[in-house]
Amino acid sequence: MKFLSEYRDQKAAEQLAGAIRKKVTRRWTIMEICGGQTHTIVKSGLEDLLPREINLVHGPGCPVCVTPIELIDKAVAIARRPDAIFCSFGDMLRVPGSAKSLFDAKAEGADVRIVYSPLDALKLAKQNPQKQVAFFAVGFETTAPANAMAAWQADHDRVENFSLLVSHVLVPPAMEALLSSHNCVVKGFLAAGHVCTIMGFEGYLPIAAKYEVPIVVTGFEPLDILDGILMTVSQLEEGRHEVENQYARAVRRQGNRPAQKRIAEVFEIVPRQWRGLGEIPASGFQLRGRFQKYDANRRFPFSGEPARESPECISGMILQGLRKPHECAAFGVKCTPENPLGAPMVSSEGACAAYYHYGRRQNQFVQPELSSPARR
Amino acid sequence: MCLAVPGRVVEITDTGDIAFRVGKVDFGGIRKEVNLAYTPEAEVGKYVLVHVGFAISVIDEEEAQRVFKILEEMGAVEEELGEIPQ
Repeated sequence: MKFLSEYRDQKAAEQLAGAIRKKVTRRWTIMEICGGQTHTIVKSGLEDLLPREINLVHGPGCPVCVTPIELIDKAVAIARRPDAIFCSFGDMLRVPGSAKSLFDAKAEGADVRIVYSPLDALKLAKQNPQKQVAFFAVGFETTAPANAMAAWQADHDRVENFSLLVSHVLVPPAMEALLSSHNCVVKGFLAAGHVCTIMGFEGYLPIAAKYEVPIVVTGFEPLDILDGILMTVSQLEEGRHEVENQYARAVRRQGNRPAQKRIAEVFEIVPRQWRGLGEIPASGFQLRGRFQKYDANRRFPFSGEPARESPECISGMILQGLRKPHECAAFGVKCTPENPLGAPMVSSEGACAAYYHYGRRQNQFVQPELSSPARR
Repeated sequence: MCLAVPGRVVEITDTGDIAFRVGKVDFGGIRKEVNLAYTPEAEVGKYVLVHVGFAISVIDEEEAQRVFKILEEMGAVEEELGEIPQ
């Protein structure tokens, strides 16, 4: 068992889809929170296996998509400093800011580097003591322990030329924001498995109870998603609204305690702006106490132009599950991965990018490719 | 960005301080150094889930079989009832 390819078996997928068909008696709208799950759904053509009654809408779980445009502008400004090395995960580079992306800045000569881990950025800081090395610390709860450790190790090793431009967001407050909105159509959630690997799932119990909505912690492979949908549909059909764990091979109820401890040491919870959604109270992390000296926001004062969003991009509606990517007039015409108007067209977790790359249009049949070994 | 990949721990280097505990993890032939600070229970031979250079969870191999057991049971019931799986 490799814990990967086994969960892409087509026959098993069809069997699960058959079980969902047997269970469902009416139309249900289910949201998958995480953009990684969106990509599995679209790439594997899972919607074509599902009965018509199941309407999947794609949630805001794409950190690249929800990072505010002001922070992209700020990242570009830091990257353009002659003394800076600006490090980021690859996904952030093409995200459009008001005028430029990090990729544009790099093309113009800025030292922008793609790193695999925040610890790689910390290593660069140690190797280049004459430079200011800043890391774009974006992400959900999944990535927070890694970024917390980078700040903690920088402090431990007294590395002073290192900083983090933090844009950390949290899933449960965003779910609450969606559920409390008057136009919410979501009846059940597939919760993001890897976020729960870190935080556990006890935090979802009050949400499931208050909004009477089933929440199923779900993994990322095609069989995981179908199994998660089956569990959600079973709850909906039986009138239950519980928190269940489909992804028990990776998620424990209490989450990862050592990781939570480090997060609490380094970060504090603050209100956060979400691109496309606006400000959500207590929905993100910021560096706390002695770690604030690593805050790039404080270290590099910014006096740029006020941020400007593209007036044509409807990413806010897409991130709330109110519209699907192909319903946007700019989709695939004025907005493409090479020339994006909004972040969801760029990110490997963005719903628009998934629809664009895997050719999903309304009523168009996508051949399932469940056993494909090549994924990202 | 929340992508995490399972790999098998092939080596652990104890550095004294748990925050710097690292190991080599094999991803189907490719080996990478991974920080193991958050998985003190990780052992050589176990599978861990790795995200941006950090092991975030040790895979529970028994739980990993769950969906296949359900499918097996579903298959057995269908056979019993003489239904052809769709």
